Amino acid sequence: MNRIDHLFKNKTGEILSIYITAGYPGLNDTSALIKSLARHGADMIEIGIPFSDPLADGPVIQKSSQVALGNGMSLRLLFNQLEEIRHVVDIPLVMMGYLNPVLKMGMETFLENCQSIGIDGVIIPDLPPREYASLYREQFQSFGIYHPLLITPHTEVERIDWIAGLSTGFIYLVADSATTGSKSSLGPHQLEYFQRIQKMNLSIPSLIGFGISNHETFSAACGFAHGAIIGSAFINAIGQEQRETLDNRVAQFIKGIKVEE
Amino acid sequence: MGFEIDKGGNYGEFGGAYIPEMLYPNIRELEENYVKITTSEQFKNEFSKLLKDYAGRPTPLFKAERLSAHFGMNIYLKREDLNHTGAHKINNTIGQILVARHLGKKRIIAETGAGQHGVATATVCALHGMHCIVYMGALDVERQAPNVKKMKMLGAEVVPVHSGNKTLKDATNEAIRDWINHPVETHYIIGSVVGPHPYPDMVTRFQSVISEEIKVQLSEKTGRDYPDYLVACVGGGSNAAGAYFHYLEDERVKLISAEAAGMGVNSGMTAATSLLGTTGIIHGSKTLLMQDGDGQIVEPYSISAGLDYPGVGPLHAWLAKTGRASVYAATDDEALQAALLCTRMEGIIPALESAHAIAILDRIPAGREETVVVNLSGRGDKDMETYIDKLGL
Repeated sequence: MNRIDHLFKNKTGEILSIYITAGYPGLNDTSALIKSLARHGADMIEIGIPFSDPLADGPVIQKSSQVALGNGMSLRLLFNQLEEIRHVVDIPLVMMGYLNPVLKMGMETFLENCQSIGIDGVIIPDLPPREYASLYREQFQSFGIYHPLLITPHTEVERIDWIAGLSTGFIYLVADSATTGSKSSLGPHQLEYFQRIQKMNLSIPSLIGFGISNHETFSAACGFAHGAIIGSAFINAIGQEQRETLDNRVAQFIKGIKVEE
Repeated sequence: MGFEIDKGGNYGEFGGAYIPEMLYPNIRELEENYVKITTSEQFKNEFSKLLKDYAGRPTPLFKAERLSAHFGMNIYLKREDLNHTGAHKINNTIGQILVARHLGKKRIIAETGAGQHGVATATVCALHGMHCIVYMGALDVERQAPNVKKMKMLGAEVVPVHSGNKTLKDATNEAIRDWINHPVETHYIIGSVVGPHPYPDMVTRFQSVISEEIKVQLSEKTGRDYPDYLVACVGGGSNAAGAYFHYLEDERVKLISAEAAGMGVNSGMTAATSLLGTTGIIHGSKTLLMQDGDGQIVEPYSISAGLDYPGVGPLHAWLAKTGRASVYAATDDEALQAALLCTRMEGIIPALESAHAIAILDRIPAGREETVVVNLSGRGDKDMETYIDKLGL
């Protein structure tokens, strides 16, 4: 069973998925961060593949991507770093990245690498669902890699149904029409949209992302979906110059999300 | 071979719309409406009226006698430099502002490199009383101060972009991000035949007035409505797309694209995208682009800010790949010398971009009797500081 299915089967709510940028803050921090996140209670991890031109990302992830690339991160190196990751971590791991670096490696090679490491899903925000369906869906299936797709407050009902049918693992509810990290609260429009999606009773689990940054927004999102995804707020928290170790920063961040302060 | 887009917005293996879901409604709204709007009688009347009375079209086709003698071929310059705001860019912004109005948009965003497209956008926004925000790389804001001032006087807000390498590529990223964050009331006036479908096709249609006029003017002047060679510079490729459009299927016309070699095609400091690029995705379009082995986009270099783009419009990628267009690259120095040559022989100071098209004329195997049309895409006012400095004037 795909670990993502396993997760949603065993845990029906309050699922916390954390986004990290591979190669950030340090080139060799990726595996340690994943271990640390799993140990301190993250339920799933999205491993961001840094790209020179991250169109859908706000300043925080832009910067972490730039730092990671400056550190020397590449898709090939990332796969090398993660070779042993399944010896130490059981939770679902999802790769998230833009299409160009993936196509440069070749979709087949990329998926093959994902499979051999034990990656459970791949999110590619700029791969149009229609192109995924016509060109890549079978490849994803044959390697057993899930492909969660995104919907937004402006996605029309028919398209939501179609995207939910095409998505595997879960559906990613983008909380607002925004780049990542640009909003830090959830307004009435978002809550109305979450409610609307909740009422659709989609056959696939849902996670809310974009604009989830603290205990309050995480709890609010969990009221409407199986859980939520945090990216920019976490990148910010571990990027700050601090005396504490990376592991301590991770522990504090996750505690802050799960427990009301 | 066809050079029109297919249903998915592809030119052969290039094009498409590789956009995150957040942009899907914006792009679909445009895709569903642009043909309907731009082919309506009302639009065509408004568009041609503004091109004539506001931009100053038709621009002349000028027989450059001394350059003809110099290069040993019959050279005609299509004077896009005589357009209002100094380049072909206004053809596109007039078309797009009308589309934006038909769609009921209130807010206009644009990206700009050298500032020509920014000025052309700010200009039509002033004309229509629309709110205008122009994203410009922080480095370009410094390098292109006169155009920044023009945009400000025209009432546009110029936002310096500090992400990435702080140039055109990053300004385009930032404009796209703005559009993601303001999806409903905003229209993005992209400045070239780049970006996700339907932009490459829409911008090509607006610029196609160039080749429409060349046909008529050439017929009057030579008794034949087509040249043997048609030469244009290509950064993103909008002036070239417009100059080529009505000749794309006419194999009698040899299409010649001039790219910026910068310090030299193999110097590592270049913008010769069609020559060096490989297939990839940039700004929502599959095209030829300069990237490294890991699929990271490489920053290009050219003395000309208008050619300093790591990709090329998908139409041009297809023209290069199929061999329909021949691509030559001119270095910074060659372009500078060509600008001086054109100035001293014809009394026309060309934009640095356009100078690249003149710089490759000596490599074209045109005979004495043959007709060569060069699209002189813009004038050199904005480049005076560079010319004075680099040419030691």
